Amino acid sequence: DTVPPQVVPGADPSTRQLCFAWGPAEVLVCETLFGRAGGSHSRAGAAAQALTGSVAGTGEGAPSSSRVFVVRRDQDIYIQTLRKLFNESHGIFMGLQRSEEELAGKSRKAQLVQVSKNYRSVIRACMEDMHQAAVSTRDPALQGQYSTQVSILSAMELIWNLCEILFVEAAVAGPLLLRLLDWVRLHVCDVDSMVREVLSSESPSKHKLFWNVVDVFVLQGRMDEARHLLSKEASANPTSMNMYKILDDLMKKMPVPGLGNTQTLTELELKWQHWHEECQRYLQDGTFASNPHMESICKILLGDEDAILEKKELMTTWYHFLVTRLLYSHPTVKPLELRFYAQSSMDLFLGGESSPEPLDMILMAAFEFEMHQVIKECSIVLSNWWFVAHLTDLLDHCKLLQSHNLYFGSNMREFLLLEYASGLFSHHSLWQLGVDYFDHCPEYGRVYLELHIERIPLSTEQKALKVLRICEQRQMHEQVRSICKIMAMKALRNNRLGSALSWSIRAKDAAFATLISDRFLKDYCERGCFSDLDLIDNLGPSMLLSDRLTFLGKYREFHRLYGEKRFPEAARLLLTLMTAHIAPCSFWMTLLTDALPLLEQKEVIFSAEQTYELMRCLEDLTAGNPDKQKFQDDDVETTKVEMLRLALARNLARVIVKEGSVEGS
Amino acid sequence: QDNRISIWSAGDLGNAGLSGDYHGEPHLLCDIQHNGDVMDMQFLDQERIVVASSTGTVTIFRHHQNNQTLSANHRWEKAHYHVDQDTSCGGAACTGVVCNNPEIVTVGEDGRINLFRADQKDAVRTIANADSSTLHAVTFLRTTEILTVNSIGQLKIWDLRQQRNEPSQIFSLAGDRVPLHCVDRHPNQQHIVATGGQDGMLSIWDIRQGTMPVSLLNAHEAEMWEVHFHPSDPDHLFTCSEDGSLWHWDTSANVSEKPSFLHQGGRSTAYLSHSTINQSVVSAWLSNDPTKDRMEITNLIPNQTLSVNSLDVLGPCLVYGTDAEAIYVNRQLFA
Repeated sequence: DTVPPQVVPGADPSTRQLCFAWGPAEVLVCETLFGRAGGSHSRAGAAAQALTGSVAGTGEGAPSSSRVFVVRRDQDIYIQTLRKLFNESHGIFMGLQRSEEELAGKSRKAQLVQVSKNYRSVIRACMEDMHQAAVSTRDPALQGQYSTQVSILSAMELIWNLCEILFVEAAVAGPLLLRLLDWVRLHVCDVDSMVREVLSSESPSKHKLFWNVVDVFVLQGRMDEARHLLSKEASANPTSMNMYKILDDLMKKMPVPGLGNTQTLTELELKWQHWHEECQRYLQDGTFASNPHMESICKILLGDEDAILEKKELMTTWYHFLVTRLLYSHPTVKPLELRFYAQSSMDLFLGGESSPEPLDMILMAAFEFEMHQVIKECSIVLSNWWFVAHLTDLLDHCKLLQSHNLYFGSNMREFLLLEYASGLFSHHSLWQLGVDYFDHCPEYGRVYLELHIERIPLSTEQKALKVLRICEQRQMHEQVRSICKIMAMKALRNNRLGSALSWSIRAKDAAFATLISDRFLKDYCERGCFSDLDLIDNLGPSMLLSDRLTFLGKYREFHRLYGEKRFPEAARLLLTLMTAHIAPCSFWMTLLTDALPLLEQKEVIFSAEQTYELMRCLEDLTAGNPDKQKFQDDDVETTKVEMLRLALARNLARVIVKEGSVEGS
Repeated sequence: QDNRISIWSAGDLGNAGLSGDYHGEPHLLCDIQHNGDVMDMQFLDQERIVVASSTGTVTIFRHHQNNQTLSANHRWEKAHYHVDQDTSCGGAACTGVVCNNPEIVTVGEDGRINLFRADQKDAVRTIANADSSTLHAVTFLRTTEILTVNSIGQLKIWDLRQQRNEPSQIFSLAGDRVPLHCVDRHPNQQHIVATGGQDGMLSIWDIRQGTMPVSLLNAHEAEMWEVHFHPSDPDHLFTCSEDGSLWHWDTSANVSEKPSFLHQGGRSTAYLSHSTINQSVVSAWLSNDPTKDRMEITNLIPNQTLSVNSLDVLGPCLVYGTDAEAIYVNRQLFA
């Protein structure tokens, strides 16, 4: 199993040293200087130089800038016209997962067939768009690309259609042939232009390709259309009227399997045998001897392989040959018999001249009912996991894939869905579809989702909100915390404190809320006033998220109360802040200093109890300081402490007197 | 990334068949490249569209109807930006734009409010740091006043005539400060404002009174991205959300009860007492009596999968776009 080597255009190992790093869906290749200049640079340094694109001067040659390449495995997801395919099929996939499992038997099968048809119509719609794009573009390279895509999509639809007939619908002998005929008519369209040409000409029977078109109709089992054309020939050529009548009659009488169960297979077989013998008789009587065209048609009707093979160019493919053969020799073919006919048809058709192509091998595997082989071959040939992932999922819903576990634990369906969804995640917008696919992978889906979702670049807040919502709905708390932290950090760096707080509230991240409050308090200490009052004044219940935040809110409230001259309440609040230990120790000095003007008021505000409390706080603060030496050296600090002690003592004196006299009177 | 501004034709009414339905799909008329995600856009006049970008740029595009092309008419680069020492180009997403020809107001993740005029190169007025959190949406309250909502659950009124950089009024939700994502004003009764929050809750405010919403309606299960009153039929309100649903709120049943003196029974008297407040017909949005509220709420999306990011409504037409990269047009809204 060799993977073809991929060439990164522009990266030349002979001129520059290359290093690489694996990403979730990409490989980063960069040019470095590592190992060049005598290995004196550390690896980190060299890599850093390469990545920042700095000019690198070495002793060896002229300085040049370094480049970084991003190598992506999955190019298909970036094709604009395929986006419709991914989006619509996501909708169908979700519908299938959610559909009623209780429906049993026929109705469930009908439902699954409808899903399959929906997928196919999406492929066809995409093909149309791609075709339009190919026709309207003027860039030949793009045109080539689009045309290739059209043929790939067409092949996908061909394979899917066959799988639908054989596996999903599991057509039985009888209807099987009809479905196969429809399939061939839909997909072998090389002859369509010829048909159109002849039909639209003035006298079709005179057209040189007339008989080719009649043959095409007969080969595809389109009896009515063949008879219609033949009638034109008959009217133009009265001498062959007799022959024409017989042939027309034979073609009209040909027994074909019906869709409804109006006749059993045995009945059909009997009728068919009878008709076959009649045709044989006419041929052997030499009825058509004078007209080689009609004779060859009669031979085809008899299922003569050589006669059919003569019309190789009109059939263009071996599977057309197969179906024609079946139509005229074994119309009641059973599904399990198909493999024999398929193999021999392919051998006869290709005749050793050409070898089968990958598409042929896939179809052969389908005819042989080797589902796993089909999926395996498709995975190898197609460049994108879309097809195999969705087809396998559908087949799994039809309960057709035994859960044969692959050696790393998950089953085939899950493996393919995981691969497909992982590919989607490397796209800046289609990752949202990938989430739903992971949800429906029971074993590893969640783990994959957890790993991928953290790596989505969050360029705007709206995108971050969408990612967060996805994580929250799936109880991925780690990821919620991590993403909110990233967004909050970004906001903090941009000085958007309100946004940062809003993110920490969402994640219920107390630690970050503390960080933000510290920032506010720091700003206050530096500037002497609060920034972003609209935020602090309106914290509401979110204040309770962290102690520091509560302190911030309450401290601001203290300032407000002071501003409104509601001193007793302000005093009480201030004291609570200290005694209830909501305030951080570093802030106690500031709080005590804030108490100073209250102590100095004309009116006594603090009661005796409160003053004792304040004194205790002050002593705690000064006593608790281990480095008494440093404290005493700082003049400002000592002055403050002195002033506080004085004010407290004075207040105590006044309040004792006041309280004593109140009690007295 | 390849983001484009596109103009679509949703079908010509003249081609309506016998039943009056037009079954054609919208088809693309023209498009143009756009730098960054399109965060918000609005028609300035018949030909010009103002677009807000995630790069912080605000652009006016002109739609040339004669040859069906789009061209960029005017651009205000760096309308919104972060002041960051580390990065040189700290663009901040512009989250909302509202127009009242020729004035354009934009708000962004940088908490900035800009007032532009369509013909002037520089901003007429900028309120930097108007908000410490992200401003999610803006709408006009009156010609000189705007409403903004932010990510700490506040609804603010700004008077653009005044020079000070403070809001003239702040409203906030009680309880948790859930971020508000969208805002719209009642087309006729300018005191009625609707906002949608991150928890999917629809709040109706009466800005004449109080600082808290009049009613809170539990709506969606995830962020409500947009809320719109129907411009000509304001008894109808539309909201869309991250949970993939689009709800049609219909209070027209309430208002059809006109006070009638011939009407017997206690019901009409209760209604009349309402009407003694200055208006003859009280808007159903402000009444919060659950026994009388006959609000019909319908989810207009049958199989919801991915988020509905944006909607707009005009006359009988509703258009909305989803994260599944699909646009839906409903041309018979009230059929």
